[in-house]
Order: sequence, then structure tokens, then C-alpha cells
Amino acid sequence: MGRYVIRRLLQMIPVFIGTTFIIFAMVHALGDPVAALFGDKAPDPAVAAQLRQQLGLNDPLIVQYGNYMKGIFTGDLGTTFSGQPVTELLKTAYPTTLKLTVVAFTFEVIIGIGLGVISGMRRGRLADTGVMVMTLIVISIPTFVIGYVLQYLFGVKWGLADATVPEGAPIQSLLLPGFVLASVSLAYVARLTRTTIAENSKADYVRTAVAKGLPRRRVITHHLLRNSLIPVITFLGTDLGALMGGALVTERIFNIHGVGYYLYQGILRQNTPTVVGFVTVLVIVFLLANLLVDLLYAVLDPRIRYA
Amino acid sequence: MGIHATEVTADAGRGRTADSEDAPLLQVKNLQVEFRTRDGVAKAVNGVNYSVRAGETLAILGESGSGKSVSSQAVMGILDSPPGFVTGGEIVFKGEDLLKLSSEKRRKIRGTQMAMIFQDALSSLNPVHTVGTQLGEMFRVHRGTSKSEAKKKAVELMERVGIPAAKERVNQYPHQFSGGMRQRIMIAMALALEPDLIIADEPTTALDVTVQAQVMELLADLQAEYNMGLILITHDLGVVADVADKIAVMYAGRIVETAPVHELYKRPAHPYTRGLLDSIPRLDQKGQELYAIKGLPPNLLRIPSGCAFNPRCPMAQEICRTEIPPLHAVTEADGAPIQGRGSACHFWKETIHG
Ligand SMILES: Nc1ncnc2c1ncn2[C@@H]1O[C@H](COP(=O)(O)OP(=O)(O)OP(=O)(O)O)[C@@H](O)[C@H]1O
Ligand code: SF4
Ligand SMILES: [Mg+2]
Repeated sequence: MGRYVIRRLLQMIPVFIGTTFIIFAMVHALGDPVAALFGDKAPDPAVAAQLRQQLGLNDPLIVQYGNYMKGIFTGDLGTTFSGQPVTELLKTAYPTTLKLTVVAFTFEVIIGIGLGVISGMRRGRLADTGVMVMTLIVISIPTFVIGYVLQYLFGVKWGLADATVPEGAPIQSLLLPGFVLASVSLAYVARLTRTTIAENSKADYVRTAVAKGLPRRRVITHHLLRNSLIPVITFLGTDLGALMGGALVTERIFNIHGVGYYLYQGILRQNTPTVVGFVTVLVIVFLLANLLVDLLYAVLDPRIRYA
Repeated sequence: MGIHATEVTADAGRGRTADSEDAPLLQVKNLQVEFRTRDGVAKAVNGVNYSVRAGETLAILGESGSGKSVSSQAVMGILDSPPGFVTGGEIVFKGEDLLKLSSEKRRKIRGTQMAMIFQDALSSLNPVHTVGTQLGEMFRVHRGTSKSEAKKKAVELMERVGIPAAKERVNQYPHQFSGGMRQRIMIAMALALEPDLIIADEPTTALDVTVQAQVMELLADLQAEYNMGLILITHDLGVVADVADKIAVMYAGRIVETAPVHELYKRPAHPYTRGLLDSIPRLDQKGQELYAIKGLPPNLLRIPSGCAFNPRCPMAQEICRTEIPPLHAVTEADGAPIQGRGSACHFWKETIHG
């Protein structure tokens, strides 16, 4: 297992370099950041040229990328074009997003798995049909529509929750955004859980458990659920990274100053260091989450042996 | 569904095939099971009668789909329901009709008083728990044993069924065992609480031929040792010859012939049984072409009228298409009774006595 972890960590290096380079190149392809800096006004050509020189924008892309990577390994993610260190921004943005992700993830796990179990155990009955229809609706409606509708209903019309998240982002104000962020994943988790439960409830070992005279409760928890949740946990793990990235839309709707907010600003202003810095951290989170899932998988399913 | 089922029962229940003196351990009377599926109602078991005594082995024989597993699942109370439903009959176990008990009472009987061994031990054991946990679970749940005590019992059981290095292997997972060893673990699990009845559903079908004999022998030994009743389900006539006391042959959810094991081999009283016997390779008929029963088992959604076997039967007459043959008590040519023999064939006399 130890060797497997090391191999996986090594494998992450090329993935890391590849993704960051692609992001770097894509942000560059968006256009001239110096022009964007001046907004609608045309910049004075001399000033613009000087700025380009200063920011190293005249170097070939690969050189710029090399310089950037050098910085990363010394903990320096560069400075934004407005002079703020990117690490500073990260420090303000990430805790907020992390909080939002944790809230969303909790919803996803509890409600998603809960609904999935209920509907998987009562296949074809009313509860099952209800869950299936509801999740299908959630999946087919874009997140921002769900977000704005719930914001309006809960935040504005009924006044049950904050319509926007205040500075500092206290947990209770993140419940509604967290639910919105979780909604689509939650629907997928419910459906996936339902499918694996339905499949596994026909499995021979479940029949054995019944034949052993185990109480129904124990058959479900120790045998049926224990096995059915393996693929669900895999999905949850990969989704953890996606949630963080996907917070972009939700953060905009509820005016949360998290990763999504800064990333959006960065893209608007073509602020390469911000964008690349934030995405780099997202990539790292994503890769680590994946590694964690794979390791968890081996713990949950003893048939899997890592060589 | 009623008409044919009741007719058979009326005869078989009172027939000389049933044991009359001391009450048997298990008595299945006119059992009927159907599956309500989207395509219609599949009548998987249509009035089955049999009995098993302590220490006795009943082999249930028949082609795939004849209802062997379903009838025994109904006895265990583990029918996949829905879609499966017991629609009639009685399952009298130690004097009590199981079908009248609450589901909680039935659960407590499972594992403690009757246990089941399944065909495919790999899929029938839970892949994510160690064999020790799964064996120990029997003691933990039914006897409230402590974890460490349960593990000790698990090791003892594994030793009892001949698994070497049981102490170390008790912490391994099912996939780490060979097929034969896994089936031994299944047997150990069934045996754990020393039940009175064991139902083994094709316990050796998934195993290598060499291992088959060992596992069968183990099962027979344990059965003798604990004086358990054993229902052995199989479609392998070779397996049953040595271990069974009596045989029930099933066709389309019905028992078409019952007989003490050697009687059946010597002179079958039902054309279907004869077909089965003729289709096993025999040393003394080497080189001859193997016989096979023509046609396919019936579709349970549309069981043929009359004798269900009539489309495939070489002896079928007009009456076979219209009238369901009851389970006749089979006698010698001179009318002398034969203990425990019955045949559901209009022409059983012609079949057995030529
Ligand atoms: N879960 C189920 N749903 C619907 N029909 C079923 C189900 N289980 C069994 N059946 C029906 O019951 C019939 C009898 O099945 P059963 O498993 O008893 O056959 P068997 O005699 O044990 O055959 P085999 O030798 O293949 O194990 C099948 O042909 C099938 O039509
Ligand atoms: S009753 Fe008729 S069809 Fe059925 S087995 Fe006997 S002879 Fe064949
Ligand atoms: Mg079967």
C-alpha cells in the first residue's frame, strides 16, 4: 500500500504540470491583460509597453510558465496585476469556500444517501417514484436557476434565510447556498445509491444474510448498505473537488467572497496570476481528493489489492 | 390455479408415500408458490408434498427451472417477495405450520433450527467481511455471544469442517479461499448453531469433480453426527446415489416421482425419471449414444394442460393432454405395496413393469 501511495503521488506530477500549463495557456489566449487592465479606455502605448515589460508579458509563454512554476515551489504564487500577493487572496477566499463546501457536502451525504436508501428499499412505490422525479427535475434544471429561485423564495419572499451572505460567512447563512451547491450532486448521489441498493438487494450474500436469520435491520446495515456504499463513496470523493470548483455559480448568486468570486473577477480582468493561482490550488485539492478515494476504496473493498 | 394442485394433494397427502408413524421433522403439504411478474404469473411450485425425518436425506431432483430452489426457499422463508408468493399449502416443521408464524418467529428459526447451503459460495458469502466475522455473526446475533468468544467459535467451526490453519485464516476474506474451502465455510456457517434441518441447494455444482466428493462426504458425515434432516437439491443423479435415502423428482413445480434411492435407479416409475436416468453416462454402456430427453422444460407462464410432461413424453396418450395424473401409489405387479413409492403418471404400471 505504501508503494502504491508513492506511485500515485509521483503520477500526480505530470497531471499537475499538464493542467496548470493548459490553464496558463488558455488564460493567455483570452487576450491582452494590459488592455483589460485599462477597461474601456485605450491605454497609452508607452505605458502599456512598460507594464508588459514589468509583468514579463513579453517573454515567450513557456518562459513565463517556467518562471511561474519556479515561484510556486517557493510558496510564491505571484502578485495580481494590482499588486496584491495571490497567496493573500487565497487566504481570504479558501476558508469561505471550504466552509461552503463542507455544508454542501454534508447535505449531499445525508440527504443524497438517505433518499437513495429510501427509494432503493421501496422500489416502485410512491416514495421511490417521488425521489426519482424530484432528482430528475433537479438534474435537468441549471444550478443558477435553482439558486435564484430558492434565494427568492427563502431569502426574499419568506425571509427564512439570508438572501446574501454577509462578510465573514457565518455557517447559518451558508445553509441555503450550501444546499443549492449540493443540489445536483445530491440528486446524482440519491440515484446512484438507489441503483446500487437495488442491485445488491438481489445479491446472493444478502440472501445468505436473510437465511442466517439476521434481523432485517442488520441485513440492511451490515450487509446491504456496507457493500452498496462503495461506489457511492467513490463518487462522493471525486465530487468533493468538483464542489469546490463548482462553487463559482453559487458564490456569485449569494455574493459569497470565496474562490469562485475571485476566480470570476480574475477571469473578467484577465488577471493571469490570480486565475492560475486559484486553479492550481483547485487542481491540487482535486488530485488529493482522488487519491484519498482510491485509498478508501481499498479499505472498503478487501478484494482490491494494490500492487 | 386450484384445480390441478388440489387434486394432486388429495392423493399424495394420503398416499402411502407419506410417513405415517412418528411425526417427521418437516412436512411440506400441497405447497404452492407463484411469481407475479410483468409477463404474467409464473407458477413455480404447484402442490408439492414431501417429508424429511431427523437423520434422513431427501434428494430433490429435476431439470433447471423445475422449482427445486423456489420450494426450498419457501420452506426457509427467504422467498424473493415480491414477486414470489406462497399461495397455498402448509410447511409443518416440528409440529408447527411455519406459514402461520409471524415473520419475527420465522426469522428466529432460520439459522438456529434450519439452515441453508447455497450453490455458489463465492457470491453467497459477503465479500467485504472476513469469514470469521460471518461465521461469528451466527453466535453474536442468535446467542448474544461476545466478539472474542464468537471468533473462537468460528475457529472451532472452521477446524470442524477441515480447514487447515483455521486460526490464521479466520481473518481472511472469502476471495482468499479456494472454491472447496469456501463451500466448507458455507457448511460451517449452516452448521454453526446445530440446526435440525439443513437444506443444501446444489452444494457441489460449482466445484471441481475431485472436490465435489470431499464436500459431499463432509456434509454426509456431519449430518450423521448431528442426526440432522438433510434436503439435498441437485440435478446430478450421480451425486445423490451414495448419500440420499429417498428421492423426489420434480417437474414443472410438481413432484412427479418419489422413491427410496435404489428403487428409483433400479426401476423408475415415471417416463421423465427414466429419461433422466438414461441421460447419464454409464460405464457398462460405453460407446453407446447418450440419450437426451427431447424438447425443453415448460414455460411456467403456460404450463401444458394435463400432464405437464406430455409434449416431451415418448409414452404420451390422449388422456395425458387432458387429465393431470395424480401421484399414484406404486405397487408391485401383483399389487403388493412398495414402501415410499409414488408416480404421477397415468401409465406408471407400464413404465415400471414394462
Ligand atoms: N425471483 C424470481 N422472479 C421471478 N421468477 C422466478 C424467481 N425465482 C424463480 N423464478 C421462477 O421459478 C422457476 C423455478 O425456479 P427454481 O430456481 O426453483 O428452479 P430450480 O429447479 O432450482 O432450477 P436450477 O436447477 O436452475 O436451480 C424459474 O423457472 C423461474 O421462472
Ligand atoms: S402421464 Fe402421460 S405424458 Fe405424463 S408422464 Fe405419464 S405417460 Fe407421459
Ligand atoms: Mg436452483
